Amino acid sequence: MKILIHGGRIVCPATGRDEVADIAVASGRIVAIGKGVDFTPDRVLNATGLVVAPGLVDLAARLREPGQEHEGMLESELAAAAAGGVTSLVCPPDTDPVLDEPGLVEMLKFRARKLSRCRVFPLGALTRRLEGAALTEMAQLTEAGCVGFSQADAAITDTLVLQRALQYAATFGYTVWLRPNDGWLGQGVAAQGAVATRLGLSGVPVVAETVALATLFELVRVTGARVHLCRLSSAAGVAMLRTAKAVGLPVTADVSINSLHLTDVDIGYFNPDMRLVPPLRQGADRDALRAALADGSIDALVSDHDPVANDAKQLPFGEAEPGATGLELLLSLSLRWAQDSGLPLATALARITHDPVRVLGDALGSLASSAGRVVEGGVADLCLFDPAAEWAVAPERLASQGKHTPFAFASTGMALPGRVRATLVAGTVAYEAA
Amino acid sequence: MLELDAESLYAQLCQGVRALLADGTRPDAALVGIWSGGAWLAERLQRDLGLPGGDKGCGVISSTLHRDDFGSRGLVIQDGKGTDPTQLPFAIEGRHIVLVDDVLHTGRTIRAVVNELFDFGRPASVTLAVLVDRGGRELPIAAAFAAARLALPAGQRLRLARADDGRFSFTVKGDE
Amino acid sequence: MLMRRNPQLNAHGELIHLLSIEGLPRAVLTQILDTAGTFLSVNDRDVKKVPLLRGKSVFNLFFENSTRTRTTFEIAAKRLSADVINLDIARSSTAKGESLLDTIANLSAMHADMFIVRHAESGAPYLIAQHVAPHVHVINAGDGRHAHPTQGLLDVYTIRHYKRDFTQLTVAIVGDIVHSRVARSDIHALTTLGVPEIRAVGPKTLVPGDLAGMGVRVCHDMAEGIRGADVIIMLRLQNERMSGAMLPSAGEFFKSYGLTPEKLALAKSDAIVMHPGPINRGVEIDSAVADGAHSVILPQVTFGIAVRMAVMSTIAGNQA
Repeated sequence: MKILIHGGRIVCPATGRDEVADIAVASGRIVAIGKGVDFTPDRVLNATGLVVAPGLVDLAARLREPGQEHEGMLESELAAAAAGGVTSLVCPPDTDPVLDEPGLVEMLKFRARKLSRCRVFPLGALTRRLEGAALTEMAQLTEAGCVGFSQADAAITDTLVLQRALQYAATFGYTVWLRPNDGWLGQGVAAQGAVATRLGLSGVPVVAETVALATLFELVRVTGARVHLCRLSSAAGVAMLRTAKAVGLPVTADVSINSLHLTDVDIGYFNPDMRLVPPLRQGADRDALRAALADGSIDALVSDHDPVANDAKQLPFGEAEPGATGLELLLSLSLRWAQDSGLPLATALARITHDPVRVLGDALGSLASSAGRVVEGGVADLCLFDPAAEWAVAPERLASQGKHTPFAFASTGMALPGRVRATLVAGTVAYEAA
Repeated sequence: MLELDAESLYAQLCQGVRALLADGTRPDAALVGIWSGGAWLAERLQRDLGLPGGDKGCGVISSTLHRDDFGSRGLVIQDGKGTDPTQLPFAIEGRHIVLVDDVLHTGRTIRAVVNELFDFGRPASVTLAVLVDRGGRELPIAAAFAAARLALPAGQRLRLARADDGRFSFTVKGDE
Repeated sequence: MLMRRNPQLNAHGELIHLLSIEGLPRAVLTQILDTAGTFLSVNDRDVKKVPLLRGKSVFNLFFENSTRTRTTFEIAAKRLSADVINLDIARSSTAKGESLLDTIANLSAMHADMFIVRHAESGAPYLIAQHVAPHVHVINAGDGRHAHPTQGLLDVYTIRHYKRDFTQLTVAIVGDIVHSRVARSDIHALTTLGVPEIRAVGPKTLVPGDLAGMGVRVCHDMAEGIRGADVIIMLRLQNERMSGAMLPSAGEFFKSYGLTPEKLALAKSDAIVMHPGPINRGVEIDSAVADGAHSVILPQVTFGIAVRMAVMSTIAGNQA
């Protein structure tokens, strides 16, 4: 279908473009950008008053497939992605079964492609069944479509295995995605500190992150492996990251919307929606994360989406399953962060479009040159949103099956900025607001 | 505006209780005053009638734990000093008891107090003497002696007050 | 973030659940202590029953075993004329996979008026209180490491009984504080009632530095912690809660932190020694001290019944 997106303010952080212009879309690509393009569209999308941004690229979203096919998870969560303006997402391998076999990866990619809602880029398991012992067939998994290799939240405690895994991945230039969390120090349900002590919750100390980072940085140094650090949570961790980047280690990092906005005080009266991994830390940590995301030391902002079921959440805090829904909140929370920090719109968008693409690098293949940006000849993955609109998060009205979020209006009393009006993936309208 | 002379009513109460104690039907009876107004009265009656034990020889009983309005009013501990307002310095079992109170109205306080009394033992008899019977009974309860019988509008509360020098007076309050 | 109203209080500031001492106004605590005094006298009468909770069903929901605490709640409820049902959860439907909230819903359908809950997870009673009908009350009999409010109340009742004025006291709490819900409740009660010096005494692995945020002085030296104390609260060394290398042995703990007559001599000469029980003789406390003149451990148990009667009757009389 030939679509003309008319009168929107195109903001593309990658190219620096910020102007009101039309975009002509045909055969899945952007064929022209400009004022008054010569084009006969089948459909016109009126984007007056809207921002037209590259489709969002979310580096962490759980789809719970394979595992919960019978609940239509892939359908609902990709619909949620589209509703959130996300056109590409990376999902971790902690599915059921674990994504450690090429066949499982192919099936997931196949099913996702058929839905035409959002591009899915799976991470393969770094070790079989994520058990931290035997390596997976990384080359074959890459061929099946994996963009990197991860342990999700299952720390590798055997440092020899960790080093060997990094070495092997480095052979082929694969990126290893790891959450820096020491397997033993990192056990606990809340961040160690005054709040956890007062509430009587087992605490995860900051050293669980810094000890793991220290180990990882040393192994990166000797193996040359590319590592993407998932979900940084502490000021001390940020400081170590800056040092590592300064000496030229090939590392990138992301932070979740939760850690960017919330602290341990938000646990309140044991609210299980605040049961998250990594746990919410203190104000100083949040400030450091925000500063690092602002100056680019942390490369990307992710939703860390996880559609946790009601039954798994309505439990005492320590028993509740960690995780929160996030795909539909990523844009708004990036805009809110930028507003709070006095940063321009382009920065808010960069951290969820262009920078995530940069993190993915070659793994995106041919898409690498056009994903996360608005360029003539590039893929038509676009997010049209109203920057002036505000919305109150009502969990029951989210497209995702995950209804648990710390940002529900009933909890925060705060409306969020930015409302997605339409999302295009490969030139097709994947979502349109009613 | 109602004028009640508590002191002169007390004088009549004193005569009435003396008569109850002397009529031979309740030998060795003990006075028990209902907290708080009745307790003040009983204390002074002990002195003025020369009863054994002086002004500490009477019992004090509270309706708190047997009130029938717990469900709506909640628990109201009247003494508020961490002690049990009910203080009975003698055994109840087999004893003739004269209950003393300032105002008899619906009769519910008396019902609660009698229940509380029976927690301590089985008295030989229980007789009631009050300063004022203001009618409005909601239970089948009667005073053997009342210094005054009068009617008051339902919304008004009649309270006995005791000055520092021990003199009694009445206060009338509208409902809160 | 919106701070929700304290779920323990209704809109008039009256107590409808007892989940934690934290956040309760001083007036509420004092009223419960005063009420407990009344019930203490009741417990000396021949007829120890009063009809305040007659017709009410009190369900003892103990997800964690405790015969002692459950028994004192049962005695207290029965003295208030309530019907008491004891639920042995470990062997019941929850073991068959029924969720906590489903268990509560089923019991509520049986017209429970009050739940007394003990659970291994901090915060569990809050979840329950959020999901019961308005007329149902929840009392926390101990949740994980978080709170044991009736123990905290009976501890301060005991202190008030022997010492009268909270504002002049030095109180030392000794032992496995990081895992202790009793310690947390005691600390909240003591700070609310105006105790000026509260010391948390124990090794660094059991007494974390961020306890200071609760208003205590952290002492890792026993002598320094005990010196001049008016009240010493010894905590049980909780073997079942410790995991992974917090202490080498009970013997070494006793050597450094056990309360012996020699160490007790450092406290004030009229100091009282308390313990929530059950005591581990020779681990946190010497028999000579546990059975000695300073010990008020047994009176604590008596006060405990009166305090629980006060809590239940206060709460039962307030509407949500």
